[in-house]
Amino acid sequence: MNNLNVAKIQLNGDFYKVNKGSNLNELLNKLKIQTNKVAIEVNGVIVEKNKYSKLILNSNDKVEIVHFIGGG
Amino acid sequence: MEDIFTIANKKFISRLIVGTGKYKNFEETANAVKASEADLVTVAVRRVNILNKEEPLLMDYLDPKLITYLPNTAGCYSSEEALRTLRLAREMGGWRLVKLEVLGDKKTLYPNMIETIKSTEILVKEGFDVMVYCTDDPIMTKKLEDVGACAIMPLGAPIGSGLGIQNKINIKLIKGQSNVPVIVDAGVGTASDATIAMELGCDGVLINTAIAEAKNPILMAESMKLAVLSGRKAYKAKRMKKRTFASPSSPEDNLI
Repeated sequence: MNNLNVAKIQLNGDFYKVNKGSNLNELLNKLKIQTNKVAIEVNGVIVEKNKYSKLILNSNDKVEIVHFIGGG
Repeated sequence: MEDIFTIANKKFISRLIVGTGKYKNFEETANAVKASEADLVTVAVRRVNILNKEEPLLMDYLDPKLITYLPNTAGCYSSEEALRTLRLAREMGGWRLVKLEVLGDKKTLYPNMIETIKSTEILVKEGFDVMVYCTDDPIMTKKLEDVGACAIMPLGAPIGSGLGIQNKINIKLIKGQSNVPVIVDAGVGTASDATIAMELGCDGVLINTAIAEAKNPILMAESMKLAVLSGRKAYKAKRMKKRTFASPSSPEDNLI
């Protein structure tokens, strides 16, 4: 990947590279994550599921993808 | 007649709510939940492991369409963290019924009631049905009810301690004054503790560690199910009065 075509985001606390212009749906596909099992926050704001394809990721974006795990 | 348990207008049959943490694996979690016959299970919200795409998911073992997930805010020490967690949980699939816990101290995991009340108020305004983990202080629980909590969940003893209900008087006081369900959350160590909670008149019990850390969690889950049922029946049957001295069970007349 050429650096010019890459956006370096912060994904769940670690740096992660995506193609420039990628949207959230494309990121989930790349990560093999099913939309209905997660919730996503970009730069501290929760993104509604129907907006994933419209949200384009930019360098330095802070992305948090969460799901349910066992807990008391 | 069926003894229906209602929280925020939702009806449940089981009065036992179980946590899903601390099990060996999801298979054991699912088996324990099944044995407990709980209708409600608490779950935590955490980051997805990006590096391990093959990681098993809780949802693959416990179908949220078949059992009600109760997202919690375990590990949150401020109102902001708790609100963020529950807003994310709601976005995940429309969860409105949630368990709020805002902790104040890592050693005791005691709730921070100032932050808890503040969070409850905000969440209720945002349309959440909030079940609240709290201290066993009747003034605090009244305040929680005033700001709209749909269930009051006082601790019996510190989370994960298994010490049993330490202050029965307070739990009874809280139950007596509350107009929403009172559920003992935290502190149950074995079946008799769950029974005591129910005998005190509580509407339900929430148990995680006592089941997950038993040597045989599946058997303990079943035991807790029976303990809650037993305590509930004893409460409804209304126990005998205590006496200082003996009262013979056989007639004393016509002795040979």
